[in-house]
Amino acid sequence: MAIGIKDKVAIIGMGCTRFGERWDAAAEDLILEAFMEAMEDAGIERREIDAAWLGTCFDEVNVGKSGIPLSQTLKLPNLPVTRVENFCATGTEAFRGACYAVAAGASRIALAVGVEKLKDTGYGGLPGFDTAMGVFQHFTLPNFTAPGAFALLATRYFAKYGIDPEEGKRALAKISSKSHRAGALNPRAHLRKPVTPEQVLKAPIIAWPLGLFDCCGVSDGAAAAIVTTPEIARSLRKDPVFVKALQIAATSGEEMLTTSWDGSYLKTTTEAAARAYAEAGIKNPRDELSILEVHDCFSITELVTYEDLGISPRGRAILDVNEGLFDLEGKIPCQSDGGLKCFGHPIGASGIRMIYEVVKQLQHKAGERQIPNPTLGLTHNLGGIPSFSVCSVSIFGL
Amino acid sequence: MIGITAYGAHIPRYRLERKRIAQAMSWINLATLGLAAGEKAVANVDEDAVTLAVAAARNALTTAPDLSPTQLFVASTTLPYLERQNSAIAAAALNLAPETETADVTGSFRSGTTALIQALRSLENGGSGGALIAAADARTAKPGSAEEHVAADAGAAVAVGTEDLLAVFRGALSLTADFPDRMRDCSQRFSRTWEERWIRDEGYLKIIPRALAAFFEKQGTDAQAYQKIAYPCPFPREHAAIAKALNIDPQRVVDPLTAAVGDTGSAHPLLLLVHALEQAEPGDNLLVVGFGSGVDVLHFQATDRIRDRRPALPLSRQIERKALLSNYEKALAFRNVLPVETGLRGEFQAESPRSVMWRHRSTIFGLVGSRCRHCGTPQYPPQRVCAVPDCNAVDAMDPYPFASRTGRIVSYTADHLAFSYDPPQIYGIVDFDGGGRMMLDFTDCSLEDLQVGMAVSLAFRRKYLDKERGIHVYFWKAVPTVS
Repeated sequence: MAIGIKDKVAIIGMGCTRFGERWDAAAEDLILEAFMEAMEDAGIERREIDAAWLGTCFDEVNVGKSGIPLSQTLKLPNLPVTRVENFCATGTEAFRGACYAVAAGASRIALAVGVEKLKDTGYGGLPGFDTAMGVFQHFTLPNFTAPGAFALLATRYFAKYGIDPEEGKRALAKISSKSHRAGALNPRAHLRKPVTPEQVLKAPIIAWPLGLFDCCGVSDGAAAAIVTTPEIARSLRKDPVFVKALQIAATSGEEMLTTSWDGSYLKTTTEAAARAYAEAGIKNPRDELSILEVHDCFSITELVTYEDLGISPRGRAILDVNEGLFDLEGKIPCQSDGGLKCFGHPIGASGIRMIYEVVKQLQHKAGERQIPNPTLGLTHNLGGIPSFSVCSVSIFGL
Repeated sequence: MIGITAYGAHIPRYRLERKRIAQAMSWINLATLGLAAGEKAVANVDEDAVTLAVAAARNALTTAPDLSPTQLFVASTTLPYLERQNSAIAAAALNLAPETETADVTGSFRSGTTALIQALRSLENGGSGGALIAAADARTAKPGSAEEHVAADAGAAVAVGTEDLLAVFRGALSLTADFPDRMRDCSQRFSRTWEERWIRDEGYLKIIPRALAAFFEKQGTDAQAYQKIAYPCPFPREHAAIAKALNIDPQRVVDPLTAAVGDTGSAHPLLLLVHALEQAEPGDNLLVVGFGSGVDVLHFQATDRIRDRRPALPLSRQIERKALLSNYEKALAFRNVLPVETGLRGEFQAESPRSVMWRHRSTIFGLVGSRCRHCGTPQYPPQRVCAVPDCNAVDAMDPYPFASRTGRIVSYTADHLAFSYDPPQIYGIVDFDGGGRMMLDFTDCSLEDLQVGMAVSLAFRRKYLDKERGIHVYFWKAVPTVS
């Protein structure tokens, strides 16, 4: 077992732009917007930052490759700046780079920025994946989209547990409706209109059985985090948030190369969660976690993630959804900021946006959507598709 | 003795009712109203002459699975490539040995019978160890033309050799005639035909009887010597008149499939031969005729084995197993006659690196995976490090072909966001009997047909067509076994 970085890294500043169709803003504008908020939150000088990580996924329609777009936009003085990419888990990957630099003692104060300018792609939904999985797969993988790949998870989950698709869709509709209610309270969210489960069910089908409201927003946005050592953090503010666990799991290919995986859950989430709980010393996540920010790219992902994180027993997440366990007023609120569903999903930014919400909640700065007395929060940032995924699970506490 | 060792056909799943063509287009040519009866077989959007030929060949190989032909001919007038041998693509899909001699035979609707005669001559001279001839056409006709009602799509395949004959070759005759009934130069999309009355009277009604009469004379026989006589002629009245002119008992004329399938061009003579072979009894004498720039006549006699080795999917079942194309415009869009809005997802196409295509040719076109010698787990695509966590053996894999394996649906979806000419795009995860898993496009099915656990087989289809660069990329798709 690796040692981990529990309590070795503290967050001193978080920033997050309004997500949405930011037609007037370039990726560079979004980077600066998130950065300035994080700097103000941290109360440090720009020259105190000594390393930076930039997370972007679709470089072709974004700021381009390399770390230079970040160093140049912020005029960072020849610092070590690295660009990282790990599909939709890119944001957490950038954050991980900054945390590891601090934990290793290589850096005193490090910056992580995630940004994506999806509305410049011209697509509704994500651009075509095409060669995103390699030139060989271009010849062999089906002509799939993200909603379709996650719809496979729904079809299989329903079949495995003998759930009639209509009944399954009703449970998924409650998940989306719950996030819309939270998103409506969040001034930075992309989609701010509450929708009823009935409206969700009536929406056009995107990839059967998933409809329009089962899918998350496709947005522009950026988010930033500034991390440092516990000592420096305590000298700067009274409420730094500590990284309790930061785990990432990339598939070995077992899901598709063998028939051992049954297609109804995410193997990487299960692995990353187990490691994160061990790192953070969590025995019973259902009792110990106060708040969840999961990668709800689709309603089915959120449903399955409740089980993969060990919050709900296998095959029983629908019962917890029906009982309101994950509602804003529930025992473990999930997506208190609207989630990917409503806050939006500018890919590179999403992982850091989740951390932003958990930190604000832990610091009692979440405004209208503040939950009472949170102690431990979890973020779950997933990249790829269920059969071919990379997943990070992180835990934060005061 | 030499003769037929395997045979089979492939009729695409979709049918277009001819009345739909007339409803849409007869305003421009009222005379076509008279053609508006019955249905024609139309290739799915992911089918072309190469995939139709491969499908027919694979179906033929169900009658003789161990066949390893040394020659492969693909016969067609609608080959996707002018340069890049189409039969070489088919050979890769059929996993034939690199030593296989391949050739494209084209230029007329008798290309299939011409290839068959060439293959038989080569056998007679001891120049081949057996040949596979796959004839196919995916025809495109100008909207509003009479041809549009007639032209249909299919593939038919025949293997010839020296052992385990299903039918013995008894003789052949060819007449060459530069009869310019139809023509299309390299730059043209649609064939141009001359006046129909002239084609019927001077073409079909004169040239086919002349060739058959010459053949009877050569063999010292007459029409009574043959139990089944198959010849193409898309005009029903003239088709019957040919039999009458030669004194052929109408009972012995093989149904030209005009009403249910249509005229499948290059595929048609072999399609009718397959039709005849499927119904043949031991000892039956069969004649098959190809027509186009002349005539080919071939004579086969069924052996005792004909009864034991019928194709797994006979023509009669394929004719019944169909789905009606919901509208005429879809048929036009499938063949790229009607430009349709494809959106960015349909427009944007990354380059298809040829070096990758070549390096992985057996994986992509032959669908060959690997199987671990240590733990026995089949894996696709082939791996160097075994993916089974307890094994992880390195470089201990044997090639493992998947194309003929059946599988079961693990999960599926119908995707309206992905670009498709026949939306929604259906795909899913398939587990193969005996091990191995793939995520595959599904074809020849609708969402309503599907169930988790349903059986699937595989079909070689066009994965995408890069129109800008003229690249037809082929791969395998799952075809659910819809009851």
